[in-house]
Amino acid sequence: MNDTTASARDTRRAPLSPHLRRLESESIGIIREVAAEFRNPVMLYSIGKDSGVMLHLALKAFYPGKPPFPLLHIDTTWKFREMIRFRDQIAARYGVQLLVHTNPEGLARGINPISSGSKLHTQVMKTEALKQALDKWQFDAAFGGARRDEEQSRAKERIFSFRSPGHVWDPRNQRPELWNLYNTRINAGETIRVFPLSNWTELDVWQYTRAEGIPVVPLYFAAPRPVIERDGQLIMRDDERMPLKPGEREQVRMVRFRSLGCYPLTAAIDSRATTLDAIIEEMLLMRTSERSGRLIDVDEAASMEKKKRDGYF
Amino acid sequence: MHAPRPQGAQSGLAGADAALESGAGKALLRFLTCGSVDDGKSTLIGRLLYDTQLIHEDQLSALERDSRRHGTTGEELDLALLVDGLQAEREQGITIDVAYRFFATPRRAFIVADTPGHEQYTRNMATGASNCQAAVILIDARKGVLTQTRRHSYICALLGIKHVVLAVNKIDLVEFSAARFQQIVADYLGFAAALKFTSIASIPLSARYGDNVVHRSQRIGWYEGPTLIEQLERLDVLEGLEEKPLRFPVQWVNRPNADFRGFSGTVASGVVRPGDPVVVAVSGRESKVQRIVSADGDLPEARAGDAVTLTLADEVDIARGDVLAHAHARPEVVDQFAAQVLWMVEEPMLPGRSYLLRIGTRYVPARVTSLKHKVDVNTLEHIAAKTLGLNEIGFCNLVTASPVALDAYEENRATGAFVLIDRFTNATVGAGMISFGLRRATNIHRQALLIDKSARVRLNGHRPAVLWFTGLSGSGKSTIANIVERELHAQGAHTYMLDGDNVRQGLNRDLGFTDADRVENIRRVGEVAKLFVDAGVIVLCSFISPFRAERNMVRELVDAGEFIEIFVDTPLEECRRRDPKGLYARALAGKIRNFTGIDSPYEPPENPELVLVPSPLGAEEQARRVLEQLKVRRIIV
Repeated sequence: MNDTTASARDTRRAPLSPHLRRLESESIGIIREVAAEFRNPVMLYSIGKDSGVMLHLALKAFYPGKPPFPLLHIDTTWKFREMIRFRDQIAARYGVQLLVHTNPEGLARGINPISSGSKLHTQVMKTEALKQALDKWQFDAAFGGARRDEEQSRAKERIFSFRSPGHVWDPRNQRPELWNLYNTRINAGETIRVFPLSNWTELDVWQYTRAEGIPVVPLYFAAPRPVIERDGQLIMRDDERMPLKPGEREQVRMVRFRSLGCYPLTAAIDSRATTLDAIIEEMLLMRTSERSGRLIDVDEAASMEKKKRDGYF
Repeated sequence: MHAPRPQGAQSGLAGADAALESGAGKALLRFLTCGSVDDGKSTLIGRLLYDTQLIHEDQLSALERDSRRHGTTGEELDLALLVDGLQAEREQGITIDVAYRFFATPRRAFIVADTPGHEQYTRNMATGASNCQAAVILIDARKGVLTQTRRHSYICALLGIKHVVLAVNKIDLVEFSAARFQQIVADYLGFAAALKFTSIASIPLSARYGDNVVHRSQRIGWYEGPTLIEQLERLDVLEGLEEKPLRFPVQWVNRPNADFRGFSGTVASGVVRPGDPVVVAVSGRESKVQRIVSADGDLPEARAGDAVTLTLADEVDIARGDVLAHAHARPEVVDQFAAQVLWMVEEPMLPGRSYLLRIGTRYVPARVTSLKHKVDVNTLEHIAAKTLGLNEIGFCNLVTASPVALDAYEENRATGAFVLIDRFTNATVGAGMISFGLRRATNIHRQALLIDKSARVRLNGHRPAVLWFTGLSGSGKSTIANIVERELHAQGAHTYMLDGDNVRQGLNRDLGFTDADRVENIRRVGEVAKLFVDAGVIVLCSFISPFRAERNMVRELVDAGEFIEIFVDTPLEECRRRDPKGLYARALAGKIRNFTGIDSPYEPPENPELVLVPSPLGAEEQARRVLEQLKVRRIIV
């Protein structure tokens, strides 16, 4: 099998722009701060482009050493197969410890995004699973790759975001965060979620990925893929578990993904962008937002804030 | 639905090529918007996002849905709803928390902190301002300069913002009157002179209709200055951080293996190059920068803002929290300083209470020793006060448990800012901006010494420690301590005894027995004990020391494991029965005031290293247990 991790290297390294260098330094500072102050941190690794940038920054932050924390992937068992393959290659390539957790009760109850619905699936297989994993390994700080430009309630989140016991986020009662003087103190049972990419935009992430030659899952690049049209969205049927509805027909189209999640919940877009340069160019002309292909964000009003209060990243 | 555009709007923005360049190579500008309720602040940001084409189609359709549900603009899009992200905010139509928005034009990338204007959210506004270089202050053209305008401007100035854009909004509602605009500007400039902003640009605009925000308005023909976006693009906000003296707060000691020892951190100001002689600010130790290590290879220099790892030519004792500087331009090293403090929680700030202070990468216990005055944020008047409440700002003196390296906030935000943290709840309770270092410690730089504690330990053959005997008068503290010292001396250990009664005849002759004097008594003894520990000596301290806070203060003066608290737990009845100096009799007769156990409290230790209850075998047995502890703790062999 080819090493798909190499596919991003389609441009040569150029020096970073001052803007990206500033963002890089800020994020490295945040990552080091966690390593210095917390007993048992972990980095959530979702396999997407943001996780890729975050991992790359962690590797840079501790050079010549390795990041002093493991990666954690919450596997809903519904990720694209290409994502899982990529994940395992990345862990091996960088020699970092990778922990994988799936909610065993959810699995036993047969929770899935198709018959259970996206809301229940997300609640059980992502949010609950994440809380289980944090409790199981007793992590006191967890990095996430979320950015403030993604969504309105994320725009109000702190960089060091406090969670009371039970992983509860109270948006009305967040710790004031002045300068870069992050308050890293917590009592037993409390945890912190840390967002090193808070001040990055989607464009920054792609430009940095290109500048640094960071590997990304090939699903981000356009290729002929079997998709079905459902509710106006292009869904890629990644395996036999997703039944076709009457009248639905698989067709091969040139598509790619802007954002990666569970495959039945992540829509593809028609695209001819097969390189990072083409992706960046396409993104600048795009008139829809990055998360518009994420079906879980629109299932109810203020849906992200609700999920986050419950413990979602 | 549609968002109205000004008539005759000029030039659109952001073609793909232009936007590709944006953010790349341009200095990012972080600014905040402040204004009162209904000044149109969220609408202005919504307008900036909309007119710079940062709103996507799916967000626009969500906005149309929301405008129908919560909107306040009739048939038009309510652009404010793009910005108010929290459910409660959308329902109440107000901004509660700071939100960060991102947009870019061909010339510059921006991060805008949208901060609430209500007085009860002053702390949120300060939070937003702490990382900004410029402020857009909104004024409703119909209302003019209000109390809120003054408050917002003062907080911006306090947090070190130098550039202000005065956005005179809703100019359409005053018939685009030039006279009205000029009157507001004159009012504002009169007030703002005292705040020492570097630049103030005033712009008449309408956020709702987009006049002079991104697109130049033909309806305000008399105005020839820049549009809001033009002003923000052209603002020169170089903070000159690279020209300032080097400050490198050590964040993390990178020791992947025995061959590499690097000091990771972000250059707060200045420039550092290999070969530079540097000094550890607090300890005064010197070395040379050997390499600047990064994952992209060794660097020829690191400038303000760069996150790097330095290696030094010598094995110098450096830990997280230390600050590296050039020897000729050092930060102040002080344990007392004056600062403006903004209080951020309901529970008031109490002078005297111990908080955790975070400055740079360092945490250190600290107390506010005095509150000089608080500031009425609306009139800027100074008011005498005993405490600070939520959202109040006061000028205070603070003292830290050990010296810290700092600069005035005015000189350097990175080394002049601090936060205060509640030691019990860990809540962030205060934010401070240092004005100047105080008295004694100022400009006295510690002399680095060639012989240090570890060298003395090797010579002595035992480790130093403070044996702190605490307990009621007559509990047997001094008797036990005497026996312990006799035994230690016999074993060849270096010892010294600090006894409460003896110290009060010399060093502390000027102190009485009030609570304040008892605190000072123990503070002085603690400092003396610390010197003995540094000299490698086992120092035995026999003091009633009734308060936990002061015993902990001494504990924090020395290194971990060096303070051994021995609670001589003899019951009050037994002490009274013994009454070796006849003191209880006199106290009970009312001839001595503030006597511990009689009319002054004793707070027993919560986690002492050793508790000694009266032994039938007497003080010799109790002393034996102390010596046993010293062996367990490897103070002696």
